[in-house]
Amino acid sequence: MYALELKDLRKTFGKTDIIRGVNLAVTQGERVAVIGPNGAGKSTLFNLISGRFAPTSGEVLLNGQRIEGKKPYEINRLGLSRSFQITNIFPNLSVFENLRCGVLWSLGYRYTFFKFLANLDDANERTEQLMHKIKLERKRDVLALNLTYAEQRALEVGITIAGGANVILLDEPTAGMSRSETQRFIELITEVTEGKTLLTVEHDMDVVFGLAHKIAVVVYGEVIAFDTPDKIRANARVQEAYLGAQAESAQTEKGD
Amino acid sequence: MSLHQKSQPHKVSRTVVWASFAVILLLAPLLFTSSLSHTMLSQMGIAIIVCLSYNILLGQGGMLSFGHAVYSGMGGFLAIHTLNLVSDGKLPLPVSLIPIVGGFSALLIAVVLGWVTTKKSATPFAMITLGIGELVWSMSLMFPEFFGGEGGISGDRVTGSKPFGITFGPQIQIYYLIAIYTFICTAAMFAFTRTPLGRMLNAVRDNAERVEFVGFDPRRVRYLSFIIAAFFAGISGGLAALNFEIATSEVVSGARSGAYLLFTFLGGGAFFFGPIIGAVLMVLAFVLLSELTKAWLLYLGLVFLFMVMFAPGGIASLIAMNLRVAAFGRLRELWANYLVLAVTSVIVLLGAAGMIEMTYHLKLNEALGPKLVYLGMSLDAKGTSSWVGCALVMLVGLVSFELARRRFIKKWSAIQEFIATEIQRREAM
Repeated sequence: MYALELKDLRKTFGKTDIIRGVNLAVTQGERVAVIGPNGAGKSTLFNLISGRFAPTSGEVLLNGQRIEGKKPYEINRLGLSRSFQITNIFPNLSVFENLRCGVLWSLGYRYTFFKFLANLDDANERTEQLMHKIKLERKRDVLALNLTYAEQRALEVGITIAGGANVILLDEPTAGMSRSETQRFIELITEVTEGKTLLTVEHDMDVVFGLAHKIAVVVYGEVIAFDTPDKIRANARVQEAYLGAQAESAQTEKGD
Repeated sequence: MSLHQKSQPHKVSRTVVWASFAVILLLAPLLFTSSLSHTMLSQMGIAIIVCLSYNILLGQGGMLSFGHAVYSGMGGFLAIHTLNLVSDGKLPLPVSLIPIVGGFSALLIAVVLGWVTTKKSATPFAMITLGIGELVWSMSLMFPEFFGGEGGISGDRVTGSKPFGITFGPQIQIYYLIAIYTFICTAAMFAFTRTPLGRMLNAVRDNAERVEFVGFDPRRVRYLSFIIAAFFAGISGGLAALNFEIATSEVVSGARSGAYLLFTFLGGGAFFFGPIIGAVLMVLAFVLLSELTKAWLLYLGLVFLFMVMFAPGGIASLIAMNLRVAAFGRLRELWANYLVLAVTSVIVLLGAAGMIEMTYHLKLNEALGPKLVYLGMSLDAKGTSSWVGCALVMLVGLVSFELARRRFIKKWSAIQEFIATEIQRREAM
């Protein structure tokens, strides 16, 4: 059984086919980089998997269970969590509160209003650990909107992994970061997603080849190749469709 | 914007705050002994509960409701009907528990209406509350059996059992009943802000979409919080019914809902205690200001306008910003500026109010002639000199206020800059 499996997934907006029959099978614990030119449908793919949009047809299986068409919160409760390309945090809450919001559901504190947050020892402890993991412990009580961009990106990832989901989708986690920040940040991601199934959209090819066990190449709404980095590098179709043309412009792309 | 930053107040200081709140509620009627002040204090307690409940929606949940009076008002109507049942001997319920009946009836109504309302957020939410508010208000005129038509439904709170000789006849007795409810409801609503649901409500306010991706249904969060807010509004409505011994269609009107919004905003929704300030101001405005001048709604509108423009965080945020400055030891430099600002704005107000009063006098009291008494002075509403005089006073005030404001802003931003660098310095240590 795969941790995440996509079967002939399709999505059309009006008359435009955005995702045109994607098949993908990711085993438990694999780190997969999703690459492809701009507008290839990488983000849409993530939106379909995480429940932000419902697919037009096809199946999404999480640990063998069909999840397509479910609400995002239902999918999240089944153990799939995602981050966003554009920072998507709780701006008027502190770093600690941001992370705790991510922790609560997974520990069974649902819509309760008969318990004090301060007394939820397990949730608070887990939040503290998480804060150390993403190295924001010195910003504990700072409002998220007052963080630097890189800190906000770290918080974004922190909220994503807070619930302990087994399958993590990161949509361009390093978007807008400098090269040295990116390097450090990728190390952080590798560290905090240890043992989990990870799918990440990434533009920086050095990062991709360093981080991923496998690479999925998305071009025009299709996965044209899904293999180990070495084989992807050697793949003629990928060369032609993507790497050859895009490799040198990868740097410029990172900025948009 | 770090003025919203939550400091972690010491447990001791929190106990002190709550104890002083209790003491104030306890001693207020002994300090202000006139019957007018007892009436006002009772109304303040009622207003505090309803404004705090409204702020669960506005400040904590980012839900701009134009129909909160539906819940306080319906709580009030059901409470007064319950009171009449008690009076008729059909229901053996102590009068002191009737506000709870109001609370639960509002809760049940919110279970139904809130389901529709909280399906949406933001502007559609506001529109639905407006629609439901109008619906209930028009119903109140259509069903005189329940709402009592123009005259409303009246009751008599001196009824039922009289434990320890408490009849709730004298205003002071009903005040203490209100005070007890005010304290308990305030504590309960504060407790709510510290629960998982209360925190997720803040998260929904900040970013509802992200909430979906951490396992919560934002709609459910809004719905449950809406019901809780309605419950407390209903208690407040029930207390009002006991206090006034009457419920008229006015209590469910859009004007009432608007007043809740206006004063909660004035008090400041970003802080828990903000609506308490707003509630006190609401009663002062409705009881005192309306006695003082016929143009009170106009003054109120002006205050609201200036607040939205210059201090959108309300009075509570002004207090918090100044406390922050004080914490860095720079508040003392500002006293002189505040004094000048206060004096110049009073001058502006003097001039402007003179003209407003003359206009109102001309429109409303024409039969009495053009002369009116304004702050001990005699003004002639048809004389040029009165108008020119008032305009001059206002102009002088405006110019000096603007000058004072510029000086103040300069000093203020210098201090804010100082605080920012100071924070950075401390972080780096």
